[in-house]
Amino acid sequence: MKLSAVSLKPTAGPLALLIGTRKGAFTLKSDRARRTWKLSAPLFLGHIIHHIVCDPRDRRTMLMAASTGHLGPTLFRSTDAGKTWKESAAPPAFLKVPEGKKGRAVNHTFWLTPCHANEPNVWYAGTSPQGLFRSEDGGATWRPFSYINDDPQYREWMGSIQDGTPDGPKLHSILVDPRNPKHLYFAMSGGGVHESTDGGKAFVPLLEGLDVVEGFAPTTATFHDPHCVRLCPSNPDRLYQQNHCGIYRLDRPSDTWLRIGKNMPKKIGDIGFPMIVHPRNADIAWVFPMDGQTVWPRVSPDGKPAAYVTRNAGKSWTRQDKGFPRSNAWWTVKRQAMTNDAHETVGLYVGTTQGEIWASRNEGATWICIARHLPEIYSVETATLGR
Amino acid sequence: MNLHIPGALRSYTAQQGEVQIEGATLAEALTALDRRFPGIRFRIITEQDTIRPHIRIFVNEEQRHDVTAPLQDTDRVYIICALSGG
Repeated sequence: MKLSAVSLKPTAGPLALLIGTRKGAFTLKSDRARRTWKLSAPLFLGHIIHHIVCDPRDRRTMLMAASTGHLGPTLFRSTDAGKTWKESAAPPAFLKVPEGKKGRAVNHTFWLTPCHANEPNVWYAGTSPQGLFRSEDGGATWRPFSYINDDPQYREWMGSIQDGTPDGPKLHSILVDPRNPKHLYFAMSGGGVHESTDGGKAFVPLLEGLDVVEGFAPTTATFHDPHCVRLCPSNPDRLYQQNHCGIYRLDRPSDTWLRIGKNMPKKIGDIGFPMIVHPRNADIAWVFPMDGQTVWPRVSPDGKPAAYVTRNAGKSWTRQDKGFPRSNAWWTVKRQAMTNDAHETVGLYVGTTQGEIWASRNEGATWICIARHLPEIYSVETATLGR
Repeated sequence: MNLHIPGALRSYTAQQGEVQIEGATLAEALTALDRRFPGIRFRIITEQDTIRPHIRIFVNEEQRHDVTAPLQDTDRVYIICALSGG
């Protein structure tokens, strides 16, 4: 299947930002020029919202991964572009193990990916602890997908709760090749990046070239911590990755990642959580670096937030900080909290750990704050809503 | 038996704080509860049939840690959310 010219055509018109926070969901809706934004009232106030995604195939179905500090996880679903929401009848859950065996329980759904354009109503979900799930009815019901959730080798690579991120190990960055729905990638923190070319019957690790923390074996998937992996819509053979240990690019059919973060300024380094790619130019990608020295402060380096862009596939990077605070801004951006639209001049959006949304209408050249005083932001996604 | 629903779960029960449910064990009562109010059980009990970490269940005045606990028609069951954190 060839890439659809339609899918790569620039979009125009009003946008919605779908914002997941530690205390509920919010939307910001723009005018056609993306100059003015209107913030909604909180939705599901008090719920931890990990991810909200609008289905680009129908522009009406939205899924929201939610949990609270004390109740079990759930998924909310809207089929009218967010006007009304209903809980999924069967949210992602591991299979029950036989009596006497210790099974896993989903703590929360972390990542949502609409599937291929030719598979309407199919979605994938990644959970904490690491699990891969699929829905074939637009998110109403979910089943474990593939064999990895219970495979002894994959379970070993997933490690224990001690090997994961502070709020639980996660499966994320579920990527579907727009040319072939059977060609899939996913990533695990920890557990590495994995690929299937047969619709999930088999997955293999893609670890070559990736660094791990000093002293650990790079051949062991457990020690790999990809923070965010993106596939370029305009060239699905190119992937970018922000990893715990640097920024990388992979050009298939090669299976060796190239550490393009070595071209970042030394005083900034190449540590961070998010990474995004240009919708129509696979040489352009952005990161939002954070301080990954000593005990990992996980704040903007030196208290000076900035995005960095490459326009040559990682050979060089340019700082983009115009509009951001010049000093004493001790926040950062989580892996799902940086996104872009597909307008002719691409808009970029970041949600901060301090509850602000910053936007750029000019591909990162200048930034303005379009919302503040929100709870800690976990995720931001764009949506061009249907009528 | 009478089952007390905490405030955080009353969105499932049309804001009812007390419901009448039948079941010979806690597991049966929670299954019956879920039949009547779909989705509520998974917020309380994991897919491995364990009580979630910040949920407590008392039968009369005694905490139960296992859904196999037997129940009598005259029992009062309390589901409590152990709120913590900021």
